[in-house]
Amino acid sequence: MSAAGKPAPRKLPGSLDTNRRLDRWLRINRNETITVYPGKVEYGQGILTAFTQIVAEELDVKLARIQVARTDTSYSPDEGTTAGSRSLQEGGEALRHASAEARQLLLDKAARQLGVSLEQLTVDDGLITARSGGSVSYWKLASDDLLAREASGDAAPKSPALHTIVGASAPRLDFPGKMTGAPSYIQDLDRPGMLHGRVVRPPSYGARLLELDEAGVRAMPGVRAVVRDGNFVGVVTDREDQAVRALNRLRRTTQWEEQATLPETLDPRFLLQEASKDEVVSEIRDDTAAAGAATRLQAEYTRPYIAHASLGPSCALARMDGNRYHIWTHSQGVYPLRKDLAALLDTSEENIVVEHHEGAGCYGHNGADDAALDAALLARAAPGNVVRVQWMRDDEFAWEPYGPAMVVRMDAQLDGSGNVVDWRHDVWSNGHTARTNWQSATRNSTLLAARHLAQPLPPPAPANPPLPAGGAQRNAIPLYVFPNQRITNHYIERAPLRVAALRSLGAHTNVFALESFLDELALVAGADPVEFRLRHLKDARARAVIEAAATLAGWRSREKGNGTRGRGIGFARYKSQAAYAAVIVEVEIAGDVRVCRAWSAIDAGLTVNPDGIINQTEGGIIQAASWTLKEQVRYEPERVLTRGWADYPILTFSEAPVIEVKVVNRPDEMTLGAAEAVQGPTAAAIGNAVCNAIGVRLRDMPFTRERVLAALA
Amino acid sequence: MSIALNVNGQTRNVTADPETPLLYVLRNDLQLKGARFGCGTGHCGTCTVIIDGKAVPSCDLPVSAASGKAITTLEGLATNGTLHPLQQAFLDEQAAQCGYCVSGIIMAAKALLDANPQADDAAIRAALNGNLCRCGTHHRILRAVRRAAATAGGAQ
Repeated sequence: MSAAGKPAPRKLPGSLDTNRRLDRWLRINRNETITVYPGKVEYGQGILTAFTQIVAEELDVKLARIQVARTDTSYSPDEGTTAGSRSLQEGGEALRHASAEARQLLLDKAARQLGVSLEQLTVDDGLITARSGGSVSYWKLASDDLLAREASGDAAPKSPALHTIVGASAPRLDFPGKMTGAPSYIQDLDRPGMLHGRVVRPPSYGARLLELDEAGVRAMPGVRAVVRDGNFVGVVTDREDQAVRALNRLRRTTQWEEQATLPETLDPRFLLQEASKDEVVSEIRDDTAAAGAATRLQAEYTRPYIAHASLGPSCALARMDGNRYHIWTHSQGVYPLRKDLAALLDTSEENIVVEHHEGAGCYGHNGADDAALDAALLARAAPGNVVRVQWMRDDEFAWEPYGPAMVVRMDAQLDGSGNVVDWRHDVWSNGHTARTNWQSATRNSTLLAARHLAQPLPPPAPANPPLPAGGAQRNAIPLYVFPNQRITNHYIERAPLRVAALRSLGAHTNVFALESFLDELALVAGADPVEFRLRHLKDARARAVIEAAATLAGWRSREKGNGTRGRGIGFARYKSQAAYAAVIVEVEIAGDVRVCRAWSAIDAGLTVNPDGIINQTEGGIIQAASWTLKEQVRYEPERVLTRGWADYPILTFSEAPVIEVKVVNRPDEMTLGAAEAVQGPTAAAIGNAVCNAIGVRLRDMPFTRERVLAALA
Repeated sequence: MSIALNVNGQTRNVTADPETPLLYVLRNDLQLKGARFGCGTGHCGTCTVIIDGKAVPSCDLPVSAASGKAITTLEGLATNGTLHPLQQAFLDEQAAQCGYCVSGIIMAAKALLDANPQADDAAIRAALNGNLCRCGTHHRILRAVRRAAATAGGAQ
């Protein structure tokens, strides 16, 4: 009971709890279709296709009848950000239960109309038929008031045993358009009379604007406005090519004063010298077990800053009319963005409509939201006009928030039988999320241009979500059963480089360290890596994916590399509470490390779209292989040096592995997101395979040719 | 100035600065959004089109240099509503995630298969090395191109 004496509202599944009206989620249309209103957004992960499967399944209609409305603050449920592989748990569960309840309401109405009991009724593609004869369709029954009510939570979804659509691979809804060149992305939006904008970013984080040749640029063809607000400079033109020409001229002629604000070294170990707030996040003690310690091993693992490096540079459109704004964005969260924009544009949230359009894959918090503020600031210089802004590639690399650099130290002891009896894992990192902190007493904004305005709002200190998910400490707590363990997060507040959530957050590095170190211990213990893992693991689902991956790969106990080729395994349960995945890779080393093949088994609970999980797993393995083998943001004390693909090579077609994925379906378990399960296991599997192949342990990512040669020397 | 372009078999006249990259003209003047901006320096392949049989980036090619040549974009591949075998193969293999790279990759693959219908895996990989995919769908894309090659090979 609450303080006021009223019962607290019943807890409803997923995002239905915070968006309780059924008509926020679904509409049954008289034209024999159903419209779904998700608050989660598509960025290439296939989430909208999975949502249509869930709704079609619960409502017993064909997939083709389901339409998906774009996410828009005018009408969509507020589901915060689309992140953390939580879309199926939050949005999917809401839609599952809302659809089950809609079906129940339709059946109740049909029973009344047909004068039969509910038990008499069956549904086939929206047609409700009574066994005794008589039928009526959803489309006839649908009325505006039918779903105009709060969910009760009383309608149980279907038993998974009855599923025919959920659990079967469904082709992606968006692919036919994408394969034929149809406008598909925010970058493709065009509005009549649309103007084009570009922002002249400072040359570096600490730069201050000294001199701007406004008059010269205003005289260029097509230039509508030159915008200056503190260190924020932009231009608005009629044509896009004119905007790029004006940008290039401004880049050449604008004078800035720079300062050295970045670390002196590219080695992530600079983090060890930074002030940190230390927190023991897990401690288990068993003195009897500890007394059996016979061998101690210590090791240190690092990852540099890495970039999201979306293939499509950040883009947004904006229109200002008086104090009202319309924003078109590929943000991960239209409602949080609206709140951030209202604070900076001196207007209220009600005066801003934020409309989502898909961008290129973002893999976390990149420049999408920043571009929205850029567009809004430039739109103020051309009232009533739509202004489109797209970042140039060099700005995307230089100004996106990176995945933080990390250092992890491991320290463990084995007993005489080769069992782990003591385990320590210490993480040094910035926080991994950088959303505006609305609780902070100091006003701040995550949006890039905010810090450049004449009245700037500083960026928030990057923070970590709390455990069990965590940020820097994500997946630092092992799933393995170790009688003694102490896991410590050394949180570093000062962030010299701009950082934010990158797919899997700290899990990539923590699992890399944990699972590499486990192989180091197995080697000392003379144990097979698969057996060594199983020996320390009680969780049946964890054991099952490791065993399934080993079977898929034809793993042989204590298999040995041949001096150039070898295989290794990595495992994790993502966020310690989500999907289970094991990855085995085969590497070939000829100077460069190449991942030739990969095998993975993944358990994401009840499977919605098997091919969707396979696609995410394959892509996760390839992207993580790219991070692990090749990627590092480069900088010098004054400025970021990574400006283009030539500075930031990623895995190419010649280097891509052949991959086999086994999906372990768990019909009785909650559906879990699958997009971030394999990044950590892949990194560790590569490190373990390299060691298996050539007998040296690589502990610093990326595993470049130079590092391989140095390790062999 | 007015520039005549031959795009997907049609003559199109555009008024643009001759130095304007072809990509901006295709996307903004001709409303062909299939080729996409990725880097502006010819490093990523998202803007790939076929000009006189060769796959080239359109982001750093002045529009004047494309005048008088046969330009094909993704929009020009389907004939009378029938998808090109590559497009069909990409659908059959579900060979994308975000799909931003796919337009350029299909064009690069088409130029390859037009010149070498029997292209093997190594040739396909080499031909696609100028095209980046950040989602990591390489494995599926290679399968799709091999499938299209097999279809085309079988048809001959």
